[in-house]
Amino acid sequence: MSDTTQTGPVLAADGTPLKRSLRRALRAQKMRALALIAPLLIFVLVAFIAPIADMLFRSVENQIVGNTLPMTVEELRDWDGTEVPDEQVFRALFFDLFLAAEAKEHTKLGSRLNYEQSGISSLFRTSGRDVGDIGEVFQDALTEIDPAFDEARFWYDMMSGGAEAEGNERLLSNQIGRLEVLEATNFSGDVDFVPGAAISDILPNTARAYAVFAAFTHFVDEDVVAEEEPWEAVYAALAIDLEDPATRAALAGYDGPGADVLRRAADAPLPPVDMKAAFIDSNKDWQRVGFWKVIKTYSPPYTTGYFLNAVDMEKTAEGIALRSADQRIYGILFQRTMFMSLMITFSCILLGYPVAWIMANLPARKANLLMILVLLPFWTSLLVRTSAWKVMLQQQGVINDTLVWLGLVANESRLVMINNQFGTIVAMTHILLPFMILPMYSVMQTIPPSYLRAAKSLGATNWTAFWRVYFPQSVPGIGAGSILVFILAIGYYITPEIVGGTTGTFISNRIAYHISTSLNWGLAAALGSILLAVVLILYWAYDKIVGIDNVKLGG
Amino acid sequence: MKLTKTLFATTALTVVAGTALTAQDMANSMTLVSWGGAYQDSQDKAYVKPYLAANPGVTATWDESSAEAVAKLRAMNEAGNVTWDLVDVVASDAMRLCDEGLAMELDHDEVLAAAPDGTPASEDFGDLIVSDCFVPQIVYSTTFGYRTDMVPAGVEPPTSVCDVFDLAKYPGKRSLQKRPIDNMEWALYCDGVAKDEIYDVLGTDEGVNRALAKLDTIKDQVVWWSAGAETPQLLADGEVFMGSTYNGRLFSAIAEQNQPIGMMWDMQSFDLDGWIVPAGLPADRLARVMDFLKFATDTQRLADQAAYISYGPARASSAPLVGKHADLGIEMAPHMPTDPANASNTHIYDYEWWADNRDDLDAKFQAWLAQ
Amino acid sequence: MADTGNNDAFVAFERVQKSYDGETLVVKDLNLTMPKGEFLTMLGPSGSGKTTCLMMLAGFETATHGEIKLDGVSINNIPPHKRGIGMVFQNYALFPHMTIAENLSFPLEVRKIGRSDREAKVRRALEMVEMGGFGGRRPAQLSGGQQQRVALARALVFEPELVLMDEPLGALDKQLREKMQFEITHLAHELGITTVYVTHDQTEALTMSDRVAVFNDGKIQQIAPPDELYESPQNSFVAQFIGENNTMEGTVKEIKDGLAVVQLDDGGLIDAKPVNVEKAGDRTLISIRPERVEFNCDRLRPGAHTLKAEVAEFIYMGDIFRTRLKVAGRDDFIIKTRNAPDQRRLQPGEQIEIGWLPEDCRALDAP
Repeated sequence: MSDTTQTGPVLAADGTPLKRSLRRALRAQKMRALALIAPLLIFVLVAFIAPIADMLFRSVENQIVGNTLPMTVEELRDWDGTEVPDEQVFRALFFDLFLAAEAKEHTKLGSRLNYEQSGISSLFRTSGRDVGDIGEVFQDALTEIDPAFDEARFWYDMMSGGAEAEGNERLLSNQIGRLEVLEATNFSGDVDFVPGAAISDILPNTARAYAVFAAFTHFVDEDVVAEEEPWEAVYAALAIDLEDPATRAALAGYDGPGADVLRRAADAPLPPVDMKAAFIDSNKDWQRVGFWKVIKTYSPPYTTGYFLNAVDMEKTAEGIALRSADQRIYGILFQRTMFMSLMITFSCILLGYPVAWIMANLPARKANLLMILVLLPFWTSLLVRTSAWKVMLQQQGVINDTLVWLGLVANESRLVMINNQFGTIVAMTHILLPFMILPMYSVMQTIPPSYLRAAKSLGATNWTAFWRVYFPQSVPGIGAGSILVFILAIGYYITPEIVGGTTGTFISNRIAYHISTSLNWGLAAALGSILLAVVLILYWAYDKIVGIDNVKLGG
Repeated sequence: MKLTKTLFATTALTVVAGTALTAQDMANSMTLVSWGGAYQDSQDKAYVKPYLAANPGVTATWDESSAEAVAKLRAMNEAGNVTWDLVDVVASDAMRLCDEGLAMELDHDEVLAAAPDGTPASEDFGDLIVSDCFVPQIVYSTTFGYRTDMVPAGVEPPTSVCDVFDLAKYPGKRSLQKRPIDNMEWALYCDGVAKDEIYDVLGTDEGVNRALAKLDTIKDQVVWWSAGAETPQLLADGEVFMGSTYNGRLFSAIAEQNQPIGMMWDMQSFDLDGWIVPAGLPADRLARVMDFLKFATDTQRLADQAAYISYGPARASSAPLVGKHADLGIEMAPHMPTDPANASNTHIYDYEWWADNRDDLDAKFQAWLAQ
Repeated sequence: MADTGNNDAFVAFERVQKSYDGETLVVKDLNLTMPKGEFLTMLGPSGSGKTTCLMMLAGFETATHGEIKLDGVSINNIPPHKRGIGMVFQNYALFPHMTIAENLSFPLEVRKIGRSDREAKVRRALEMVEMGGFGGRRPAQLSGGQQQRVALARALVFEPELVLMDEPLGALDKQLREKMQFEITHLAHELGITTVYVTHDQTEALTMSDRVAVFNDGKIQQIAPPDELYESPQNSFVAQFIGENNTMEGTVKEIKDGLAVVQLDDGGLIDAKPVNVEKAGDRTLISIRPERVEFNCDRLRPGAHTLKAEVAEFIYMGDIFRTRLKVAGRDDFIIKTRNAPDQRRLQPGEQIEIGWLPEDCRALDAP
């Protein structure tokens, strides 16, 4: 038929494959289209996708424990959870908490763990305050042995091992890395200090403590390391190192800066290092195994804890379990939110349909007037509208006054119409009604009157013509309005907060509470994610049952 | 050695205070955060307007976000763009902000004016400096007001906080704040727990249940409020017989709007309100805000504020200077929560205890509410 | 011009008036009767009142004055759904959410006809319009012509005695329209249904109807069978509205022997058949159909009137030739000739002589 070969791609006139030619020809067109939607795309990404992604991440993110107490978490790995952890764990805790207190991160951790166990907040706050005193014991003792221990320069020379000494770069970069994680920033530049390799081997704890001190002094405080007296934690670290008989032996052959002073300190009697006792002395809650279990349970960087909490469950030693009955609230609230949003949606359909119908069948000028009336609520603030309902519905309000005046209700038994579900449904129906009417109206406008005429000419009564011919065609408008109203209702919180009382509040009120008052953003994020999932599931179900193609916002 | 950051901060401030920066080094606008309403007005009249008058070219913008100050500051901090210069917060929020490093620690004697007699600021404010970051302005209390015309015939007006729980003697609705703080303490107190044991009892599950059980007796008669303006409105509308709110709100309903409302000071719950400076302000803005802060919290300015609202000035030296209401001309001292006649039986709420137990108790309280 | 009342007329409009705004009448004193089984077309430009008449008959509009009778009974106060009149709408108005079968079943359901009966009737109706296999489809899946057939079937399925059609073929292309015109008339006659058909397309009106009522300005201008309407328009509106016309204005000089002598405005004298001119001195509009003009004057029988003409333009239209001529000072005189083997094609600029029979030349009222 033709002389082109059967195999191989079709070629364009210049011999390039046709597909590539076509792609090239369309590229400019595509780029232009992309450039046109770019502002919207960027806006959606920044203002919509990114916050949702952030929310989803926050609902499982739990890096704070590992970042703040890295050594403690490491030490706790082998803890069996039956008794109070041993001295090793408390020593790790001391150094972790000291640094965290310097960086002011410890109370954040306390607040975080307090969501799981009441009391941890003050535990970290009080002990964070006391870690300085715990270390000061050793500072005082060492200074007494040799006043040189009070000199910044002495420490600097001793820990760097002298100008010519080989440095332990790895130790330093490890500690900088740890600080970066803790402060959630990136540091660049030279600390102006490198721990000596030899002294790091002899005094491992001291070298580590001094390295992180140096990094902190340089990067966070922006001071000169050589001019700053080290933290109490460095003295405690030295005391720990000197306790070890091996240190003494190693020091014997060491001749770096401060070697003599160190040897003297090693021989002198130092107070025994008992961090466990010191911490328990600071706060007796440290001997509660339950608290340690919480720390261990929440040490991984990601947790299901927030989601469990959001469905009234918790992690216990025996695994995942339902919370005690007096703390279960989210299940009730989710149910209530669904139920009330549905009620509001149905009331909106009931009230909105006739209005939309009238608007669609009036001449344009009168329809416009009615449209203004429908949109009128949008012109006043949400708060004003809601407060107006309060004035209307309260027991000494307009409606009750009228009913009493008409004699329909006795003065003593005025109706309770606010601070409950009824009030919330009334107020929210009013507020959301335009969102129902507008899509209904725009769909009804596109239904030609000839359908109703046709139905009547075919013998249908007014009702049959409406119900069998007009109504089914207006369903897409109802669908669109319902989806709008339902999704808006499900996330409302100002109106339920004001008129909802105790039985008319929504899950969003709790989300708002956790965002702005309890600051439990992880839980708020988990609740928000569940809400988002519920909406998506309902949307999917709607698509399956009704078909999303049947949703119309207009012609 | 105190925390290094404190040293750093105070060093910076010493520079600010010591070298007396000229106006050119200060930013010429401030964003002040407060609660809105009558309280913010009192601040505006007592020291913001006078300060702006004395410093032409400087502008101040109000942001009425104090209720969400902690959350917003945290978000601003995460975003790395703190737009506020001075934030009015309650004491517990100040402590939380300070703990998290979101507020700047201050050396009160260094940055604040001394009393006229030379008493350093730290002594003049005394115990009210509950946090290193906090500059107290006022002492306020959460207490009850009641409708004088709705007291049943032949019955004494209520005088005790336990009358709130006595539906037989004082029928009618009550309005209470929608949170466990204060309500749980009042409930236990009226259930017979001694004042100094309240927090010990509340620390146990039985105690929580006991408090909730006491609240249960009036639950269906309670309207729960979340904004301070609600109770005065509910009282004015006759929707409730009695309700708790901030004492200044009740004062304004009684004295300024002549509502038939009576004060009940029994077991009023004291709290503090004051300024914090967000951490990490640029030098020029910091210099400006420190200049303002020193002016706004001196003895005279705090006493002036009491002419507009019935909250007690936080400085001891301001108390004798408290005079008459700016418009009504009535003596303000008897309307202060700290007036001895009003403070015969008071409740001082334990910030530390609530910091630990708030999450837990709030879950229980909300679950109880939702039932 | 309307025909007079007739007591055994199936459909009757008696002195019907309609006004929407209370100020102007869109239907003025309408009188019309239709015998059973007639196919009547209401023809007229838009705004002439024809659709309003149809809607009043269907019951969607009420007459402001007068009576509309169906089978001798006044239906003024009967709601549309009880009139039992089938109707085909301009845009078919097939219910989009129902299948074709459901659409057809609808009028039977509301009449509470049993299921098996219903199905049989629906099947028969669909077969009648040759849409037998389409019962399960939705209207949107059908072409315009198919939808048209379904709409027709739906209007007929409940066996009404009167069917109204409101410009039903307006949306179809020419070929399909011609086919449907035939099918509709065929069906209507076969089933013996009385039909009122509204259109503004005069060809449609002429080809389909037993009688055509020409509407203008709220009044029936003429009601007559198509041939009579075409051949003998009663006034200049009808003449101009139906078919193509060459017109010349003039004044009647005299009327004698059934012929009017008309002096054209350019001075020439011609004979014409007086239709609605009464006396000498009347202004008149002379109307001659283009196909009745002959340029081979020897083909005309004696007594024919002839004129000089100059060919201005020759248009080849396939089956016919259309030639524009300059005649008597005007240049819009059209003649049509059949594309026959011996037909000569006139050249522009050619001087010819044209002529016509006096009875084809009608002296009408001047507009």
